[in-house]
Amino acid sequence: MTRLDVRKTHKLYIGGAFPRSESGRTFEALDAKGGFLGNMALASRKDARDAVLAARKAFGGWSTRTPYNRGQVVYRLAEVMEGRRDQFIEQLRAAEGLNDKKATTYVDAAIDRVVWYAGWADKYVQVLGNGNPVSGPFFNLSTPEPTGVVATVAPSGPLLGLVSVIAPAIVTGNTVVVIASEKYPVPAVTLSECMATSDLPGGVVNILTGKAAEIAPWLASHMDVNALDLAGVDDPELAASLEVAAADNLKRVLRAPTAPVDWLAEPTLARLEGLVETKTVWHPIGV
Amino acid sequence: MTKFEYAPAPESRAIVDIKSSYGLYIGGEFVDGKGGSFKSISPSTEEVLAEVTEATADDVDLAVKSARQAYDKVWSKLPGSERAKYLYRIARIMAERSREFAVLESLDNGKPIKESRDVDLPLVSQWFFYYAGWADKLGHAGLGPDPKALGVAGQVIPWNFPIMMLAWKIAPALAAGNTVVLKPAETTPLTALLFAEVCQQAELPPGVVNIITGAGATGQALVEHPDVDKVAFTGSTAVGKAIARSVAGTSKKVTLELGGKAANIVFDDAPLDQAVEGIVGGIFFNQGHVCCAGSRLLVQESVYDEVIDKLKQRMSTLRLGDPLDKNTDIGAINSAEQLARIKELSDVGDAEGAERWSAPCEIPDSGFWFAPTIFTGVTQAHRIAREEIFGPVLSILTFRTPAEAVEKANNTPYGLSAGVWTEKGSRILSMANQLRAGVVWANTFNKFDPASPFGGYKESGYGREGGRHGLAAYLQGASA
Amino acid sequence: MTGATASLRKTLGGLPGVDQVGLEARAAGLGTRSIKTTAKAWAIDLAISMVDLTTLEGADTPGKVRALANKAMRPDPTDPSCPSAAAVCVYPDMVKIAKDTLGDSGLHVASVATAFPSGRAALDIKLADTRDAVEAGADEIDMVIDRGAFLTGNYELVFDEIVATKEACARPDGSHAHLKVIFETGELQTYDNVRKASWLSMMAGADFIKTSTGKVQPAATLPVTLVMLEAVRDFRAETGRQVGVKPAGGIKTSKDAIKYLVMVNEIVGEDWLDPDWFRFGASSLLNDLLLQRQKIATGHYSGPDYVTLD
Repeated sequence: MTRLDVRKTHKLYIGGAFPRSESGRTFEALDAKGGFLGNMALASRKDARDAVLAARKAFGGWSTRTPYNRGQVVYRLAEVMEGRRDQFIEQLRAAEGLNDKKATTYVDAAIDRVVWYAGWADKYVQVLGNGNPVSGPFFNLSTPEPTGVVATVAPSGPLLGLVSVIAPAIVTGNTVVVIASEKYPVPAVTLSECMATSDLPGGVVNILTGKAAEIAPWLASHMDVNALDLAGVDDPELAASLEVAAADNLKRVLRAPTAPVDWLAEPTLARLEGLVETKTVWHPIGV
Repeated sequence: MTKFEYAPAPESRAIVDIKSSYGLYIGGEFVDGKGGSFKSISPSTEEVLAEVTEATADDVDLAVKSARQAYDKVWSKLPGSERAKYLYRIARIMAERSREFAVLESLDNGKPIKESRDVDLPLVSQWFFYYAGWADKLGHAGLGPDPKALGVAGQVIPWNFPIMMLAWKIAPALAAGNTVVLKPAETTPLTALLFAEVCQQAELPPGVVNIITGAGATGQALVEHPDVDKVAFTGSTAVGKAIARSVAGTSKKVTLELGGKAANIVFDDAPLDQAVEGIVGGIFFNQGHVCCAGSRLLVQESVYDEVIDKLKQRMSTLRLGDPLDKNTDIGAINSAEQLARIKELSDVGDAEGAERWSAPCEIPDSGFWFAPTIFTGVTQAHRIAREEIFGPVLSILTFRTPAEAVEKANNTPYGLSAGVWTEKGSRILSMANQLRAGVVWANTFNKFDPASPFGGYKESGYGREGGRHGLAAYLQGASA
Repeated sequence: MTGATASLRKTLGGLPGVDQVGLEARAAGLGTRSIKTTAKAWAIDLAISMVDLTTLEGADTPGKVRALANKAMRPDPTDPSCPSAAAVCVYPDMVKIAKDTLGDSGLHVASVATAFPSGRAALDIKLADTRDAVEAGADEIDMVIDRGAFLTGNYELVFDEIVATKEACARPDGSHAHLKVIFETGELQTYDNVRKASWLSMMAGADFIKTSTGKVQPAATLPVTLVMLEAVRDFRAETGRQVGVKPAGGIKTSKDAIKYLVMVNEIVGEDWLDPDWFRFGASSLLNDLLLQRQKIATGHYSGPDYVTLD
């Protein structure tokens, strides 16, 4: 008799916990051939609200950790992902129908991307900040700081795209609410399990599975969200309407890409820059 | 009658020649608009200074076309070193003609000549000089090896620092290789129109800078023009939000410098006499028409009485009156509309039970004036602690501990600036870290420099002006 | 450390700090006031009436002092409407000559004492110096503080010397010569020190506080005087006692003098706009004030041949 496998319940990841959607709704994740992969929690606007609360709560602690510590925590995430490498490869093959080589390329790139961003935690301030030579007896320094709570619509690339939008946000000290790829949600759930078992504090990253068109407008108009990353929005009308909603509290918006993004390419600093605020401090120089 | 009466010391108006009417500056010359006109008056006397053209959507289109053509055919083909030399020329001309501009600014805006002369105009020249030097060094700005200009910038500026805001906008735009269409505020268009003459004097290629005048509709037409690649706006948060909505779904890059309600925090170990100066300069500089004004004073309770006494004493020496008098500290409110807004919110302060005290000064018979005023007994629950008054009105709150000060300071949708006064170095750094504001002035206030990035958090807008960051706002690839 | 020193340290340490940049910006800002026409004429006459016309040279002689005293009484002999100076300021051995020359003019004789300018002598010598000047008829004594003691934090010694000098200013009839306390701000260096010295001196009984001896650079500056004016203002608010201020040394032009008067006017107010409460320690300043006065009176620029030598 063959052993009956233990199937997994895929849940949301909010505040470090794995709740079902408060709405009780689920949807089916399918494999590349249309077969059943699993039931996913279908996040609601209230789940999004809870996720923002969790992200806000986590912001104070996360943003004031030392950059070295944030770098270590994000690096630790890469370590845990490495341990799940085979699982990720299998999930990419199943979900996207990739061959082994391609799936391996994407998984390895995703893990390496997290390592790349981990190293930025204690450097981006030096690269994006400035000592300013003002014409007067004043010390004057500009430093980038995290903008706050970032709401992100993840690209459809289920793992590499996902970590490529999460990592730059959190290494700089932001906290994130991310809507995972609607089509390929399973790797996102696995990633959330990596996060839960790394040293990432609960609430720093919150992952919602479901429909971006349903949840994103609530995040875009949420007055306690500071930035909106539209990396995964491919409908221009939706993108425009989300930008309009974001104007209510002047969220920083990373616009939806106008051409397909090659996530395998080495990133620029644009995502780091787009989610920080430059603070300039003046002080007199005297005796 | 005081012992030492300062006799009137007016700066001469003769240095500036105001024309009776102005057209639009498009393609390197003044042209007639297709619409009507409006009057620009002196807010200190209500005297009509000039008739100014109200640009229509067609006029805006013409200006944008002119800027596009100048960009395609001339400006984008010039090496940075040549752009730099044009900007250096402008910097030098602005220094040479600075008194003329200062007098015109004080006439049209109402600000004291000592501010236009000693603050606004020196910064204008310095701004052009600073960005001139960037024009041929863009590859060294940390924005990639060969950063590219955006194209045509549509710029809309406010009435509080007309010529200074023009410099903040035009200098980095041209240095980065863009061409511009700029709209000054409808109540203060004259120095921008005089600047058009400076462009001619510098022999700047036609169309690189276009100046169009008008009110909100003109600004909207400019911002929404499909051939504008960059929008830069300084003004109210409400208009900033409208602009953010109007550019949604486009590829226009946007910089917004909006409102503020800055906390100016005074600890009990502050250098008190300088703190009082900082409070006065923070809120009464430019009649409080300053987006980064320190309009919320947070005083530690242990030093409250002393600070209020010293503040009232200091305010009693402020001299309100003729903006052209060299001894005037407080000039005119910029417009009847703004005066009404200040009066309305001050009345709300009274109605909410805050205690009003105004400096004893004589108010002239004509023009728009408001005496420097403080409200004590204000709490976070007062409207005058939350809404931007944009006038010489200070709301005074208290706190007990550093944590409470931070909490109150950050409890606002704005985040443009903040002030901290304490002699304890470690506390300054801790406060500076915790305050959610784009500029933190510690033991000083309202300082500006072209090398220093300026701009807000939260609803105070996004993007930075000044410094390397201000350059990035006009280049491709870089964010903000 | 004695209890008194500890207590003084605590008191002086509790004074608010002075931010150099903010202070200097405020002084420079007041310096941009434009004082014209009637205001200028009024200010120039006031400044003349506040001058402590000074000669403090090794080469001083009775003849030099007599000349100075006559100049102080009649700064512009061609114009009887010109006010006289406030006082002449001389070394103790010249007090009698000065006093005799000034007669009943009402002008004061001020004398530097206490081993001026360094102050480096034993206390009994300094007190004898002081008593000698008072006995010779000095109306005002300009003492120097022990800067060495101040800079080592021995505030008690500085305090006690001021108290002792004030006692030495007493006359047999129970009155006493006015005591001006000189800080030599160029040696104290920081504005925090100037503020501390101001409070220390006022608490010890100073009638006037004075910036400098004129022998050390920098002497009087606008920001130093601003700190001292803030101190006398705050001291009066706290104790009810008004103390005068005297910037001395380096003030050479009418323009400078008017900047000081603007500062007095706007920082402490008109109570101090009076020779009893504000003085200029100067010599060449007087002639520049006279040149400007003649310019206002005649409408054309004057020249050095039209004012008298000191």
